[in-house]
Amino acid sequence: MAQLGSFALLLALALSGYAFFAGGLALWRAAVPAPAGPGYDPQIDLTRRRDGGAAAAQGPDRLRETARRAGIAIWLTVTVAVIALLVAAFTNDFSVAYVAHHSNITLPAAYKFAALWSGQEGSLLFWSWLLATYGLVLRLRYKTDRRLFAYAGVILAGVQFFFQLLLVFAAPPFALIAGTPPADGNGLNPLLQYPEMVIHPPMLYLGYVGFAVPFAFALGALIMRYPGEKWIHITRRWTMVTWLFLTCGIFLGMHWAYAVLGWGGYWGWDPVENASVMPWLTGTAFLHSVMMQEKRGMLKVWNVWLIFCTFMLSIFGTTLTRGGLVSSVHAFAQSSIGDWFLGAAGWSGEPWKSVPYYVPGFLTIVFAACLYFFIRNRDHLKSENRLESLVSRESSFLFNNLLLLAACFVILWGTLFPILSEWVQGTKVTVGPPFFNRVELPIAMALLLLTAMGPLLAWRKTSVESMKRNFGLPAIAAAVTMAAMVAAGVRPWVDAGSFYALMTVGLGVLVAATVVMEFVRGGRVLAAHNGVNLAAGMLQLTRRNTRRYGGYVVHIGVALVVVGMAGLAFNQDKEQEMGYGDKLAIGRYTLVCRSYTQGQSEMVAGTTDPNYDYEAAIVDVFRNGKLVTTMYPEQRFYHSSRQPQHMVAIRSTPREDLYIIYAGQNPDTGRPIIKARVNPLVMWVWVGLLVMALGTAVALVPSVAAAKLARAAKPAPVRGRLAQQPATAATASLAAASQTGEAGD
Amino acid sequence: MATIFARRGRARLVFAAALALTLLGAGDSDPARFSRVGKRLMCPCGCAQMLLECNHVGCPDSDSMRAQLGAGIAHGDTDDAILAGFVATYGATVLAAPTRKGFDLLAWIMPFVALGGGIIMVVYFVRRWQLRNLQPAFAAPRVTGAGFEEFRRRAREETEL
Repeated sequence: MAQLGSFALLLALALSGYAFFAGGLALWRAAVPAPAGPGYDPQIDLTRRRDGGAAAAQGPDRLRETARRAGIAIWLTVTVAVIALLVAAFTNDFSVAYVAHHSNITLPAAYKFAALWSGQEGSLLFWSWLLATYGLVLRLRYKTDRRLFAYAGVILAGVQFFFQLLLVFAAPPFALIAGTPPADGNGLNPLLQYPEMVIHPPMLYLGYVGFAVPFAFALGALIMRYPGEKWIHITRRWTMVTWLFLTCGIFLGMHWAYAVLGWGGYWGWDPVENASVMPWLTGTAFLHSVMMQEKRGMLKVWNVWLIFCTFMLSIFGTTLTRGGLVSSVHAFAQSSIGDWFLGAAGWSGEPWKSVPYYVPGFLTIVFAACLYFFIRNRDHLKSENRLESLVSRESSFLFNNLLLLAACFVILWGTLFPILSEWVQGTKVTVGPPFFNRVELPIAMALLLLTAMGPLLAWRKTSVESMKRNFGLPAIAAAVTMAAMVAAGVRPWVDAGSFYALMTVGLGVLVAATVVMEFVRGGRVLAAHNGVNLAAGMLQLTRRNTRRYGGYVVHIGVALVVVGMAGLAFNQDKEQEMGYGDKLAIGRYTLVCRSYTQGQSEMVAGTTDPNYDYEAAIVDVFRNGKLVTTMYPEQRFYHSSRQPQHMVAIRSTPREDLYIIYAGQNPDTGRPIIKARVNPLVMWVWVGLLVMALGTAVALVPSVAAAKLARAAKPAPVRGRLAQQPATAATASLAAASQTGEAGD
Repeated sequence: MATIFARRGRARLVFAAALALTLLGAGDSDPARFSRVGKRLMCPCGCAQMLLECNHVGCPDSDSMRAQLGAGIAHGDTDDAILAGFVATYGATVLAAPTRKGFDLLAWIMPFVALGGGIIMVVYFVRRWQLRNLQPAFAAPRVTGAGFEEFRRRAREETEL
């Protein structure tokens, strides 16, 4: 298996190199005018350069087609390598060092599968496979626009080539163990032996890797000076799907931290958490600002750089996770591959007395390429930016982008400041939750306010009177909610946590109320017009413009998430040694320790040794004297890794979570220690994610009007002509709408 | 006159809000102070968690640090004195956030500089793009046929109904 896997990776390296260099050469030849000589026909040359796809099928540019096919073959070879590693894990082939370090005989099958992304080499292989899969889909859909897809395919091949270089030279997943293979492996890190670990990393990676596709289209469109906004129409769905994956990945990671790390929270501003949220923020900004380009032809430069930055931040996130730049509770695989990403600097001899050198890394090369093509073709991105009024949808998007980018900058700055501090003053400092909470919360509040106001603003201009009229009811709803909170005992003047909780809930209600009002107002109009009830009217409204109203549903999800997060200010916790029958009172609950138990995990078929031993407390939970449930917090001890791990017991209700940890025995007294927490409103964070996912799914469905437009534009000759000759922005836009089956926001 | 009163009213409101924010956390009890100061410290055992959130039994540092924090509060030491004691023992990384002195101050200033710069840029572009609308209007030719339909389509799209 190791030989097969290594061979497959070598082949993938060769194929990605071919797809990149040969594809790039073909595109360059198609772009450069042929030398004027005997037999040179400028018209033929122009046609060849304009429509490289047709030319490729007939002339010397067949090279490009071979590059595309090589790109498809990359997926096959990387898939073979992935299967080889999985087979090695499932057959307990401990001669493969990666399997020996991240698996063991008694590991359940699901976690053997998860071992694929639990270590450095495996996760890079998984990254590469996801990229190859995205590339496969892109290359199979090349007929949408042969030339643009060819450029995007070459750029993706370049990214793939870098990851194959890493897999072959820096982090080979099929390296063999030195000497005799061990009888059993070290096992998977106990922290990773949790069901969410089987889906959280793939989701996150799908998000990280997915941004490579809109990046490739954006850079490709810039290089080839692609006319119109078609690349945006093509990549819109890619970007939304990628954004959804990243969102789900981030929230699953939060839930994993909440349920496994046992400190009662789900977000600790850890560097790896920060790394995942940075591309999310810039991606969110892109999804908003791209509408300015589609609707008004504005912000072309900004959008291109937003997607460049989103991709670079995704790579930077991988660098942080894998490169060991900063320490993190989430970094399970660190090494020195950071140099491959960031480059290596040093002196040729003695420092300050010899020649300094810098070997650029992948990120540096990507940035340099983006900058070069931007400077070369920036005139292509000229846009006629006009703004009628400050009170308009356009300016709300501008400020929305500003705040999202500011939030991203704060995270980047805070994550890197310890390194900067060490460089400048020689001592490291910690930039932790107090810093981020203090700086990010006001930005988040302003962003929420804009989220609430945005739907009320029209394109071009909105009258202040109309704003006042539409904003009245939501503002009253928010004020009443805040007053009710104060009446219920929230004291914003006592501590900052209560102040922010009050503001967050108030603004969350404001966001939800404005969205609901938008649905009701539009639904009423359609209901009256079409003679249907309000619910049917709202449904019709959504179907007419799925992107807009799906986006509003996402906003409701965001409001639910922030309301859930506001509960953090009111968390309670207690810790106590508890013997049989001892009681612990917390919040509305009384916990009574009924008993303790011990045991072993179920045996994996064909093995004689359990994966772990456990000790569990049996805790009865009473409220108002009535038994409401029995909970079983436990502590596990994993045999292979010889590490303990908590399994937190959580009782989740819409009002609050009861969170119990069996923290082990006090070494002095021998008595078990129970930690209990009451975390209000946490469930709404996860419900908010589901609503955000639902909203994104709605936004991905083509609008009814757009679908009709697509059907009307069905005749093949028209489509082909429009696709091949997007002479103006308007025709390009029409062609794109007809092909993607979508209308604007 | 009414405008002046309205401005004064707003100024008072802003001042009251600023005062309320300044006073947040002032005059808290010992447990509240323990929690507040404890939230400014990291556990140095390598768990990368805040002191009060470090949850593993047998941590070599967190219990003694909590005891030290409790003793400092009981003794009536100021927050700064308590934190300085921890820095002397565990180094600067024990503080959960940079201090507001020397180079560390830059950590706090830069986000606001960036945000301020961003606001100035957005305002600049908004004004510049608004000025373009002040250019003299010209007599547009009458649009008919397919062009007219295209304008209708765009109008429908932008008004979204």
